[in-house]
Amino acid sequence: MPGYSDPGFDTLALHAGAAPDPSTGARAVPIHLSTSFVFESSDHAAALFNLERAGHVYSRISNPTNAVLEQRVSALEGGIGAITTASGQAALHLAVATLMGAGSHIVASTALYGGSQNLLHYTMRRFGIETTFVKPGDIDGWRAAVRPNTKLFFGETVGNPGLDVLDIPTVSQIAHEAGAPLLVDSTLTTPYLVKPFELGADIVYHSATKFLSGHGTVIGGVVVDAGSFDWEKSGKFPELTEAYEGFHNMVFSEESTVGAFLLRARREGLRDFGACMSPHSAWLILQGIETLSLRMDRHMANTERVVQFLASHPLVSRVGHPLLESHPSHALAEKLLRFGARGAGSVFSFDIQGSRAQGKAFIEALKIFSHLANVGDCRSLVIHPASTTHFRMTDEALAAGGIGPGTIRLSIGLEDADDLIDDLKRALKAAEKAGA
Amino acid sequence: MYLQVNGANTYCYTGGKAFDAAKPTVVFIHGVVNDHSVWILQSRYLAHHGWNVLAVDLPGHCKSAGDAPSSVEEAAAFVGALLDAAGVQKAALVGHSWGSLIALEAAARLQDRVSHLVLVGTAYPMKVSPALIEASLNAPEQALKMVNVFSRSTLAAPPSALGPGTWVYGASLALGRRVLRSNTAVNVFHRGFVACDRYAGGEAAIGKITAPVLFVLGAQDQMTQAKAAQGLIQTAQAAGKSVQIATLPVGHHQMTEAPEATLFAIRDFLAR
Repeated sequence: MPGYSDPGFDTLALHAGAAPDPSTGARAVPIHLSTSFVFESSDHAAALFNLERAGHVYSRISNPTNAVLEQRVSALEGGIGAITTASGQAALHLAVATLMGAGSHIVASTALYGGSQNLLHYTMRRFGIETTFVKPGDIDGWRAAVRPNTKLFFGETVGNPGLDVLDIPTVSQIAHEAGAPLLVDSTLTTPYLVKPFELGADIVYHSATKFLSGHGTVIGGVVVDAGSFDWEKSGKFPELTEAYEGFHNMVFSEESTVGAFLLRARREGLRDFGACMSPHSAWLILQGIETLSLRMDRHMANTERVVQFLASHPLVSRVGHPLLESHPSHALAEKLLRFGARGAGSVFSFDIQGSRAQGKAFIEALKIFSHLANVGDCRSLVIHPASTTHFRMTDEALAAGGIGPGTIRLSIGLEDADDLIDDLKRALKAAEKAGA
Repeated sequence: MYLQVNGANTYCYTGGKAFDAAKPTVVFIHGVVNDHSVWILQSRYLAHHGWNVLAVDLPGHCKSAGDAPSSVEEAAAFVGALLDAAGVQKAALVGHSWGSLIALEAAARLQDRVSHLVLVGTAYPMKVSPALIEASLNAPEQALKMVNVFSRSTLAAPPSALGPGTWVYGASLALGRRVLRSNTAVNVFHRGFVACDRYAGGEAAIGKITAPVLFVLGAQDQMTQAKAAQGLIQTAQAAGKSVQIATLPVGHHQMTEAPEATLFAIRDFLAR
């Protein structure tokens, strides 16, 4: 138990939210594969449904294993609580759907994961929620995009895949002046590399599929609330500050001074949309988090080696990692990230000089890097964004996100760095031959 | 709901039920840099089980206007004025930490108008270290973290006020920051700690109360250690008061570290 100072990152990564199971003595977190939980009495049942007592009712709404993961990620982020979801996309949707409805407006970064761009640009628009996209470094653009109905600002800590570092202190200030919270996707950085709440963000979410779980075995998401945004003061969120007929006429901001968002997200969003996480998935993600700092240190070290190699290779025209002083976000990364530019993560892109055929030859010659649509695995991965993750985007939209037709995205894993470099060297040679 | 108390708009959480003067009333009083929301589970339950609930934001805290009380006596006078404003003749008083001293002093002053007195996480004297008082004024963020560490006994609290998935460490910090920000005129953190530290009327007050009293203590409480309440308990017992004690295996935030046990202790005591 805590002593005289706040527990450190690794202690929290191992212990937050979990104690030995009182009924069995199990030290590891048990997987509670139970859809529902027995009521002690009719009064207990009614009190749980009415939020007079706290506990688990049905695993779509909450589950003991998931609750450990929720506490743990909250602890690592410095938040007040969290909600686990079926995927990272479900976490983003839960945040958006909790805060706004038809007629609302979002200001978002152009440098987003393709799935997030799709959700905002196409799907949410169909439900009457519009998004204006702004280049993450265009500070005047963020300010100019604000409308009277703007209710959310959104960006990624380091944009996928160009690694544009979001100036969270500045963008959050603009958001707060507009009476809107800043939502940040921190998937690529994890709380080990940056804590967005300390920089001014209000809500953070992760695709826990990536570095949090870390082993490419599970799909999941988690949304965390800092408890910092004053929904009443903003005046833009009747969803949280006025009686909600759909849940006991509860006024969420009266029930909890700092937790109104999480209350509604769980009691409405999980209840109605139902994109909950399996307890087994929660357990796998917890296993990953226990070694998060160890893995992230190795990811960073390997990435540094690979970036140095690529930057000096004649067939490579650009390496998009803030480690390089030429990267537009180098200074911001040094300023905002815990480990400076090294902490900009291990998912980055680079451009091969030459044709599309050479790019294809490069990918197909790789032996250790796996060609697939994921990042943040312990194994090294590679993909061609223009034809896969971002394929629905126009060339203009791709360019706005820093992606070219010949851009290759790498996710550097935990293998021996020398072997990764040999693999890349061999594939670049194959690309060179393909152009001959 | 809002009441006008001493000319100031005063917020009281009523537990999701409309105020009904025909029911017995229980008033919940929070501690330093807290507000009504620390009582959500206990107050909401009682509101749906026959009680009229007034979980107040003290003056100058969060939703309540007015000047933040500078002493326990001033806050106790406010409690009397609150009952008058609500048209409540008799009420049970439940206070946590600083709020327990306020409830104690108010019970001594209001005599038969108080039906039950519940002191959660209490101590007398409630001395605050000079370093913490100084930090609350000049380094409030650091002081909030110090208080949080001393208040908590576990990294694995059970489902609590926001339900499962709540990280009570972070929730306490966020609430403290919000309460501090809610009053730009006065540092309510420092003012509250000074009020606790200077209160000298505890033994006299416990001798005057007419209501039965319940002490809800935390066995691992490092802020108001259980042994620091023994003087009050012995004085009350020596004076022939009706005294009950519930010692829970938790720290200073009994309401979130042991929400069920705290509720049951209060509920069963109020049922007497």
